[in-house]
Amino acid sequence: MNAKSTWVAFASGLLFGVGLIVSGMANPAKVLGFLDLAGQWDPSLTLVMGGAIAVGLLGFGWARRRTTTLFDHAPLQLPDNRRIDRRLILGSIAFGVGWGLAGICPGPAVVALVLAPGQAWPFVAAMLAGFWLYGRLARGGRG
Amino acid sequence: MTIDWASFTPWSALAGGALIGLAASLLALGAGRIAGISGIVGNLVGGTPARWQLAFVAGLLAAPVAWLLLADAPSFRLDAGPVLQIIAGLLVGIGTRYANGCTSGHGVCGLSRLSLRSLSAVLAFMGAGFVTVYLLRHALA
Repeated sequence: MNAKSTWVAFASGLLFGVGLIVSGMANPAKVLGFLDLAGQWDPSLTLVMGGAIAVGLLGFGWARRRTTTLFDHAPLQLPDNRRIDRRLILGSIAFGVGWGLAGICPGPAVVALVLAPGQAWPFVAAMLAGFWLYGRLARGGRG
Repeated sequence: MTIDWASFTPWSALAGGALIGLAASLLALGAGRIAGISGIVGNLVGGTPARWQLAFVAGLLAAPVAWLLLADAPSFRLDAGPVLQIIAGLLVGIGTRYANGCTSGHGVCGLSRLSLRSLSAVLAFMGAGFVTVYLLRHALA
């Protein structure tokens, strides 16, 4: 991993964060407005995903035809796991319940730590604890 | 279902979404990696983070800092109290790691790669999110 990839990663994180703010994803109330199908439904987030995937289809379609990175020709390390198992589904359901309770997923949690630390710190601390706990459980349980 | 037209922000949603797609594409093409935030941040806690992961998170933190310096604070409303937040945070933290991804890794990157595995994850977490909000706001309220 050389300097170019590090700067690319920084720029990507920066763009990602700006995208979360511009789109409204960084606002928990707006996310819950999308998840509230039976109430006053705010469809904005379908367009966030739509916009992201429209651009992503081009970017990842291009990446699929390459084996190395654009600027420094390091190997591409994109996933090839296709397994649909209990781990994937139960983990996603747990995540979805947590997402519905607070309106925050991992990206917006990082952004919220800057935007509203006084309000969002319990969520962020618990999420980090969850990541850490997983590391302990997975290492103990699965070797 | 009634659509909340007053809250609907189609242009900023599309523009912000396009930026997110651009960010994920840039990381894939330029660093050969998936912009999966639960995996990246998860590895920062109790893992051995790689340089690109530290740089990505630095960028993700720099975005709101720069925004607050250059523009008005974006709207942010979090209604969940501390106890609910802690339950939610634990579920999000553990769940996304077990599922190997969240809204960014499975949602944005996985769907862009046309991965059936990611589509299954997205349907599961979106479904669970819809049901949770329904229970909280309508069935149990």
